[in-house]
Amino acid sequence: MRRNGPLALIFHVIFVIIMVAPILVVCLVAFTPEGYLSLPTNGFSLRWFRTIANYPEFIHAFWVSLGLGALSSFVALMFAVPAALSIARYRFRGRDALAALFLSPLMIPHVVLGIAFLRFFTSAGLGGSFAALIIAHVIIVFPFALRLTLAAATGMDLSVEMAAVSLGAGGWTLFRRVTLPLILPGVISGWALAFIQSFDDLTMTVFLAAPGTETLPVRMFLYIQDNIDPLVTSVSACVIAITMTALILLDRFYGLDRVLAGKGDTGR
Amino acid sequence: MTAVADTAPQSAARERGPRTPWALTAPALLLFVGVLLIPLAMTVMLSFHDWGQYKGIEPVFILKNWHEIATDPYYAEMFWRTFRIAILTTLLTAVLGAPEAYILNRMSGRWKSFFLLVILGPLLISVVARTLGWALLFGGNNGLVNKLLMSLGVIRAPIPFMFTETGMVVALAHVMMPFMVLSVWAALQRLDPQIENAAMSLGAGPVTIIRRIIMPQIMPGVLSGAIIVFSLSASAFATPAIIGGRRLKVAATLAYDEFLNTLNWPLGAAVATLLLVALILIVVGSNALIERRYAEVFR
Amino acid sequence: MAYLELDRVAKQFGAQTVVDDFSLAVGKGEFISFLGPSGCGKTTTLQMIAGFLDPTRGAIRLEGKDLTAIHPAKRGLGIVFQSYALFPHMSAAENVAFGLEMRNVPRAERAERVRAALAMVGLAGYEDRHPRRMSGGQQQRVALARALVIKPSVLLLDEPLSNLDAKLREDMQIELRQIQRTIGTTTILVTHDQNEAMSLSDRIVVMSQGRIEQIGTPEETYERPASAFVSQFLGKTNDFAATIDRTSAPARLVAGSWSAPAPAGFSGPVTVSVRPERIGFGDAGLAAKIVTRIFQGNHWLFQCESECGPAIVIRQNDGQTQPAEGETVRLAWRPEDMSVRAGAPA
Repeated sequence: MRRNGPLALIFHVIFVIIMVAPILVVCLVAFTPEGYLSLPTNGFSLRWFRTIANYPEFIHAFWVSLGLGALSSFVALMFAVPAALSIARYRFRGRDALAALFLSPLMIPHVVLGIAFLRFFTSAGLGGSFAALIIAHVIIVFPFALRLTLAAATGMDLSVEMAAVSLGAGGWTLFRRVTLPLILPGVISGWALAFIQSFDDLTMTVFLAAPGTETLPVRMFLYIQDNIDPLVTSVSACVIAITMTALILLDRFYGLDRVLAGKGDTGR
Repeated sequence: MTAVADTAPQSAARERGPRTPWALTAPALLLFVGVLLIPLAMTVMLSFHDWGQYKGIEPVFILKNWHEIATDPYYAEMFWRTFRIAILTTLLTAVLGAPEAYILNRMSGRWKSFFLLVILGPLLISVVARTLGWALLFGGNNGLVNKLLMSLGVIRAPIPFMFTETGMVVALAHVMMPFMVLSVWAALQRLDPQIENAAMSLGAGPVTIIRRIIMPQIMPGVLSGAIIVFSLSASAFATPAIIGGRRLKVAATLAYDEFLNTLNWPLGAAVATLLLVALILIVVGSNALIERRYAEVFR
Repeated sequence: MAYLELDRVAKQFGAQTVVDDFSLAVGKGEFISFLGPSGCGKTTTLQMIAGFLDPTRGAIRLEGKDLTAIHPAKRGLGIVFQSYALFPHMSAAENVAFGLEMRNVPRAERAERVRAALAMVGLAGYEDRHPRRMSGGQQQRVALARALVIKPSVLLLDEPLSNLDAKLREDMQIELRQIQRTIGTTTILVTHDQNEAMSLSDRIVVMSQGRIEQIGTPEETYERPASAFVSQFLGKTNDFAATIDRTSAPARLVAGSWSAPAPAGFSGPVTVSVRPERIGFGDAGLAAKIVTRIFQGNHWLFQCESECGPAIVIRQNDGQTQPAEGETVRLAWRPEDMSVRAGAPA
């Protein structure tokens, strides 16, 4: 294949700079020693990271987000793993419709989901509760958990399972000793990707969160609505760092290219 | 191997009880019916209910909200703005994202995966953080972007980005760009790596190769990327809310206001239902069009 | 009574019949091959014995007990898969131990049997190696050890050697035969490789399009193929169109200028089938011209154009001078070296 010409490379460099610039600027401003928004020109300071400690609502929101992400991704997998095994292995009437239904939260605007869940949980007397947030997040992260588990289950050599059966394994033993270990990379990546989606969701959660159950993106959003100062950049820098950690984890277990290539659609 | 010999081991599982697949999917199915389909149906119903400042929501069946949306030019303008922003964002991502995917694809191994990571990685980084970055870059009339553009002589006077549609489109395009690059990238992977050499050996120049050989083949990728970008942009919330501020409303931010500020839930539900229906029609319709137009390429 | 018995077994997927009317009695300790081209139903039959598929009709019995009523996990059969199907997250020893674990064999005995099984397949010292870090041949051996360690009532081999290269395949064939002879496990091998079937089996079941074409020892199926399919599938053969000449007495079988006393029970057009290595160049017989002559070390291969169509002749390289290309020769064979079937060649 031919190499890229100089014009193409210039385009590429500008493109990459534009892609990285907003993220970079957030991280840089977070280190400013000044009391106002500015790029750190004379020395880096952790001042605004320390300031976060004075805002317990951010700390609390962080724990809510972390717990919500971890728990809802786990619950989603409890439902997604059997569903993925079923869809990967059986050809049955209604299979395509089921798969479409399970992936539909990708297609439905999160605003609409937020409104629907708000209406539903308020009627059910669960408005603003952590339980409502968990259930809602299980739905929106389900497609991500399902997709990666499905890819792993589809790629699995079925004769390995048959071999285990012929050697006397059945039911739960078969699942625990052979099937689960074989699809585990997909399951863990599904969890990590689901976690990131839950951790980052604003649009749907902003409808459901009440004081006390506000997640970090919701807290940040409400804060930005009033004023933009270096504090929110340092919080953002922390969020970026956490996401990066999850990304590295994903890359380790699964290969980020595979995760992203199998994606095509995500929250906004 | 014939189909039969190949499918024989696959069907092993099928042989053991026809109820198994349903037993395995039943929990997820119940979950989705209970907490997805029912809430969505409730929302559609809500849009037909009445609402008053003092009486709250009244569970009657009236067309008041729909009538208001259909007749009040405020809503027409707001929906038109929503779709205008989505279309411009889609165009911007296509014009920049498709060439970038092509350039990326021609890079050598290590650089390729590195830059792919740099460009696709932001997909997973908080939208609030990314939009905040743009708010910082735009930052009033003497923001970094304006300073840079003026020092380069591209513009004379600063362009207002904050609280404008221009700013929204730029920031949204950045948020959506990975989807376009991914989609075109996927189409490029299906390309025979020797195809350019084949065209060259037949005497085609670089421009001809791109126009006659590459473009037609990656067009389905561009179009399916465009559908994703369009539907996500039209329903985007965080970026319009932060960059657009309180005055410049799009469908998602308007629905949010109706629900959490005005508390007119039935009207908000009507706006949301309309957005959902419009998007489903557009996405399903254009998908069908693309698949018919590019049937051979997809096969 | 037969040890393993398949009684008119049939399998349908929807409207498609994949196996039909399959009856076979396997004796204890016998080595049987299912031989046929892809899609002939041999793997499907194996899967029905293994229990991964249920027969649509017919019965499968092991020592007189109905096998189809037993769950595959309880059948106690050893299976070696084409892909080996090793557990990638377990070491060689853990793979082999798995079946024993499922049978609650005590730890000490388990370790001893695993060690012995790996030693038997020549993998002593590889206990802790993971499948990914083993060669194809080694993985094959682990799969064999894993299937044999549970002392299976029947060993099922599904194209076990097809992923190995030619040299290794030959070595494994010899080894497989020796192991099977030593432990005497009743074995069924599914293969599309006629050499493999012939060198390993006591009896071969030749299958085509879901039906049994012939059951017999390797010699029987080779020397006396029951159908055109069998004679074509097992090695090269020449099919000549011939007729029964009843004008002379006794009647004669005639193919071009070649003739022999007619066998009883035939009339009208018949097919004479002769293996290439059984044809000699003589003074009388079928007239033919040599089109190409290929030297292959221990033998010569001749492609001829005869009165009755193309013919292949193989001659041992015994040091004699062989006819050259373009020469006209006469092809002859002994009546006992041919098989005669009613009808013209396909």
